[in-house]
Amino acid sequence: MSKKRVGVYICHCGVNIKSTVNVDGLTRFASTLPHVSVARDYIYLCSDPGQELIRSDISEHRLNRIVVAACSPRMHEPTFRKVLRTSGINPYCVEIANIREHCSWVHRDTALATRKAESILAATVAKASLLEPLEEKEVAVIPRALVIGGGIAGIQAALDIADTGYKVYLVEKEPSIGGHMMQLDKTFPTLDCSACILTPKMSDVGNHPNIELLTYSEITDVKGYVGNFKVTIKKKPRYILEDKCNGCGNCISYCPVEMPDPFNMNLSKTKCLYIPFPQAVPACYVINPHYCRYTLRRECKQCEPVCKDLKAIDLKQKEQLLEVEVGTIIVATGFDTFDPGLKPELGYGLYPNVITGLEFERLSSASGPTTGDVTINGVKPKNVVFVHCVGSRDKSVGNEYCSRVCCMYTAKQAHLIKEKLPEAQVTVFYIDVRAFGKGFEEFYDRVKQEGIIYRRGNVAEVYRKGEKLIVKAEDTLLAQLVEVEADLVVLAVGMVPRADSGEVNNILKLSQSSDKFLLEAHPKLRPVDTASDGIFLAGCCQGPKDIPDTVAQASGAAAKACIPLSQGKVRTEAQVAQVEEALCRGCGFCVETCPYEAIALQAREVAGQQQEVAWVNEVLCKGCGACAAACLSGAIQQKSFTDEQLLAMIASLGETYE
Amino acid sequence: MSEERLAHILRDSLFPCIQCGKCTGSCPISTVSPHFNIRRLLYEMLNSEGEEIAHTKEMIWDCSTCTTCVTRCPKQVDPSDLVVSVRSVLVEDGQVPPKIRDVLKSISIRGNPWNIGQEKRSEWADGLAIKSIADAEVLYYVCCTTAFDPRLQKIAKALVRAFNRSAVNFGTLGNDEVCCGSEIRRMGDIWSFDALKEMNMDLFNQYPIRQIVTTSPHCFNTFKNEYAGLSIEVYHYTQLIADLIKKKKLAFTGELNKKVTYHDPCFLGRQNKIYDEPRNILKAIPSLTLVEMDRVKERSFCCEGGGGRMWIEAHETTKRTATVRVQEALDTGADILATACPFCLLTLEDAVKSGELEDRIQVLDICEIVSRVIG
Repeated sequence: MSKKRVGVYICHCGVNIKSTVNVDGLTRFASTLPHVSVARDYIYLCSDPGQELIRSDISEHRLNRIVVAACSPRMHEPTFRKVLRTSGINPYCVEIANIREHCSWVHRDTALATRKAESILAATVAKASLLEPLEEKEVAVIPRALVIGGGIAGIQAALDIADTGYKVYLVEKEPSIGGHMMQLDKTFPTLDCSACILTPKMSDVGNHPNIELLTYSEITDVKGYVGNFKVTIKKKPRYILEDKCNGCGNCISYCPVEMPDPFNMNLSKTKCLYIPFPQAVPACYVINPHYCRYTLRRECKQCEPVCKDLKAIDLKQKEQLLEVEVGTIIVATGFDTFDPGLKPELGYGLYPNVITGLEFERLSSASGPTTGDVTINGVKPKNVVFVHCVGSRDKSVGNEYCSRVCCMYTAKQAHLIKEKLPEAQVTVFYIDVRAFGKGFEEFYDRVKQEGIIYRRGNVAEVYRKGEKLIVKAEDTLLAQLVEVEADLVVLAVGMVPRADSGEVNNILKLSQSSDKFLLEAHPKLRPVDTASDGIFLAGCCQGPKDIPDTVAQASGAAAKACIPLSQGKVRTEAQVAQVEEALCRGCGFCVETCPYEAIALQAREVAGQQQEVAWVNEVLCKGCGACAAACLSGAIQQKSFTDEQLLAMIASLGETYE
Repeated sequence: MSEERLAHILRDSLFPCIQCGKCTGSCPISTVSPHFNIRRLLYEMLNSEGEEIAHTKEMIWDCSTCTTCVTRCPKQVDPSDLVVSVRSVLVEDGQVPPKIRDVLKSISIRGNPWNIGQEKRSEWADGLAIKSIADAEVLYYVCCTTAFDPRLQKIAKALVRAFNRSAVNFGTLGNDEVCCGSEIRRMGDIWSFDALKEMNMDLFNQYPIRQIVTTSPHCFNTFKNEYAGLSIEVYHYTQLIADLIKKKKLAFTGELNKKVTYHDPCFLGRQNKIYDEPRNILKAIPSLTLVEMDRVKERSFCCEGGGGRMWIEAHETTKRTATVRVQEALDTGADILATACPFCLLTLEDAVKSGELEDRIQVLDICEIVSRVIG
C-alpha cells in the first residue's frame, strides 16, 4: 500500500458546530496529526462547493484517506462516500468524526468542547489511516413482489406494481379482498359510495395478468434478503374449488347451518356456506369449517350433490403450502377497530342500541342487514348521539394517539342520519374536532349547517333510565352536566393494530413503535420503508389513516418496492464480518449471536486438520458487528471496525487525555 | 411550604389535562352538587396561584374520593389527588370547616374520629368471647365507625358469627385498635395519617398475625395500598367468606327467599376490583335471587360516604346520591339492597328512611344476610 495521505475537513455546519467548537484551532490541531497532508474548515461541507473542495484536494494532494469532522455519519456518510467514488478512491476510505451530535450540540464551554473535538478527531484520523478499501458485491433481484393484505392499501400497491410490469403475489387472509373499506357505506368528505369506488379496483386485481391472487391464505415463513426472499404461504381449504366455482350460489339454499355474518359485523346471519359479499373477488363461495356439520362431525354433506355439474364442492379439501420467490415485500395488514368493551362506562355490549362506528356503516349500507335503513329492532331512532374519541387519545386503554378518521366519519354518519331520518335529533359529543384534510373543514361546516348539534365534552357514561338510554357528559363550554336521551348511541371507535398481525410481524422481524403499529425506517424521510431492506409498509398497519392517505402511501410503497425490481440487482453490505479460519475454534457462539442467520459452521481443513469453522454469508450479513463482539478468540473481524482500527482509536484517545 | 406543595402538584400532575370533561361528567357528586366541578377547579388551579384558589373553594370538601374520575381520565390525571392535596393545604393552614376540625382533633386525642373514649371501643363484643389477637392468627380489624355505631355493630356481630361457624382462628385488638387513617388522609391530614400508619404497623408487628380481615373496604384499601412496608396479607371480609363457602367450610342451614340487589362500594369495587366475591356469596345462598341494577361494577354509583363525607354535608346540594342509588335498587324490584361497606350501609339506609321506603326495601350488609342463613 502506498503512503497514507489523509485529508481532514472540518465543517462549521453554519453555527451548529462553529458557535461551540473553535474550528480554526481544530484545523490547526488537525494539521499536526500523523499522516495528515491537508486540513481545512468550511462552512457547509455537504454543499456542492464543500464537496468540490474535497474532490480538488484529492487530485491535487493525491489524498487516499479522508476524514470529515461534521455531523453524525447517519446524515452524510453516504454523501462523502459518493465524493470519494467520483474522485476515483474507494468509497470506504472515508471516516466521519461526529463533532456535532457528540460534541457541539451537547456542550456549552468552547475550550472544553474544542478539546473534546480534538480527541474525537485524532481518534478518527488514527482509524482512517488504517482503513482498507472494501468491495461492494451485487446480487440479482427476483423481479416479483409480494403484497400481504388485500384491503385498499394492498390492492393499490399490488395494482401499481403489476401495472409497472412486475408479477405480484397478493396474499389475503379472508376469502375475498376488499378489507374494511368494503364494509363502509359512504366515504367522507365527498360522500362517494365506498363499495362503488372500490369494486372496480378489486375487479382489476382479479383480472390483472400480473397479479396472482391468493385469498384465504397466510404467510407462514419468509427467508432470505432483499432481492431474494423465499416465502411460504398457507392456503386454507375453502372446501369449494376456486377454479370450478362459477359463483352461481345454487348451493346456499341447501346449507342448513346459519352463523353470524362477519361482513355485517355479526348484525345479521349468513349460511356457513357463503360468499362474503356479492362483489367478492374471487367470486367464489367458501365453507366455514367451524360451523359446517361435515367438517365438524362428518354429518350433513347436503351441499355437495347440488353442484353435480361443476363438482366445485370438495369437503375433503386440505390445506396447501406454496413456496414463492420474490424480490420485495409490502406489508399492508391493516387494523382492527377498538373494542369499546374496554370502556365499560359506555355500555357497549350491554345495551343493543349502543353500537360502534363500523357497525353503523353496515346498518347504513344498502348492502347491509337492513338494506340501509337505520333501525334498531325495526324502530327508527329519534335521538341519536355520537361519541368521539372512543379508545383514542386515551392512556387508560394504552392508546395515546389520535385515530385521525373518527372526527370525520362521525360527521359523515351524522349527515347520513339527517339524510335518512330528517326528524331525528342528532348530537355529537367531542373533545376537539380535527378536520385537517382536504375538504374536511368544509364538510364539517356543511354538517353543522344541517342542524347537527356539536357539544364539547367527553361522554362520561351511558346508562339506562326506564326504556331510554341517557348519555351523560359535562358540556365543558357551559360547565354544566348534561344528560341527553338517546335511542341510538354510536361510538366513534378508533383504530388499533390488528390482534392477529403478530405472526406476520414475527416472521418478517418487523419492529413496532410505542403505539404498537409497525415502525417505519424514518418518521419523515423514509415513511414507507422498514428497517429491513426490501420490506415496505402501506396503510393502517403503520398507523391510523384515512382512505386517500392509505392509497397515497400504498402507491409510495409500490414505487419503492419497484426500485430494486427495476434495477435488477442490489448492492450488498460491504462492511461485513470476516473469519480468520486459523483462529476459529468452531464454538458456534457467533452462530447463536447473529440476528440475521448469516453465519454457519462449515467443515474446513485448517492447518492439516478437519474441523468446523465459522462461515459468513456476505449477502445476508448486515454488518451489525454482534458476532465480532461475541467471538472469544478474535477470529471474527468486522470490516472497517477491526480490532486494529478500534484499538488505534482507543490508544489515540488515551494519548490526547494524558 | 404549602405553596411549594401546590406548585409541585401543578407541575407534575395537572399539565396533561386536556379539559375534556370526562371527570366532571363522571362525578357522582356533580350530579347533586352542581357547584362541585372538578374539571373547572383543575383548570383554575392551572391558571392561577394555587393557594389563592384553595382558600376560595369551600366545595373542595364535597368530594367523596370515589375515584370514578381517576379511572376514566384519558390522560391519567388524578383529580382525587388534587382534592386531597388542596385539603392538606387547608389543614396545614388551619382553614377547615368546624366538623372536620372536630374529627381531626378527636383523632389526635382519642385515636378515632368519633370523639368517644377508646375504653368503649370493644363494648359491642361484650359476651361474644372474642379472642385477643395474641391467641389467634387472623386479625379481625373492626373499624372505628363499625365499633362505635349501634347500627354497624350488628355487622361486626354478624361477621363474628360467620367466623365462628367456619372455625376461623381470629382475634381482635380490643380497645387497642386505632383508626386506620383512610378517611383522615382523605380529609387532607396527611400528617395524622402517617402517625396512625406508624402506630398501626407497630401494633400489628407485636403479634404473629397471618392475615388481616377488615369489615370496611376503606380500612382494607388503605392497609393494602397505602401502608407501604406492611408485609401481612390484607383481605376484605367478602373475600374470606367467599373463600370459606367455596371450600365448604361455611355451610348454609337456612334459606332466604328474597330478591337481592348489590351495590358495589367504591373502595372495594372500583378501587380494588373486587366485584365477584360479594356476588358469589349472595349467589350461594339458597333461594336468594340476585338481581342487578343498571349501573354495577366499574359503573357503580357512589353513595357519598367516603373522603370524609361521613362527617360533613356537601356545600350546596340538591339531594343525595344515595337517594338516586336507592331508586335504582327499587327499579330492580329487589326486596333487599345489599352492600359490603359500613359507610354505604349508613348512607343508603338513611336514604331509605328519609324517603319513607322502609316497607319497600331493606338495606343490609352481606354479612348480615349470611348470618341469617347459617343457623
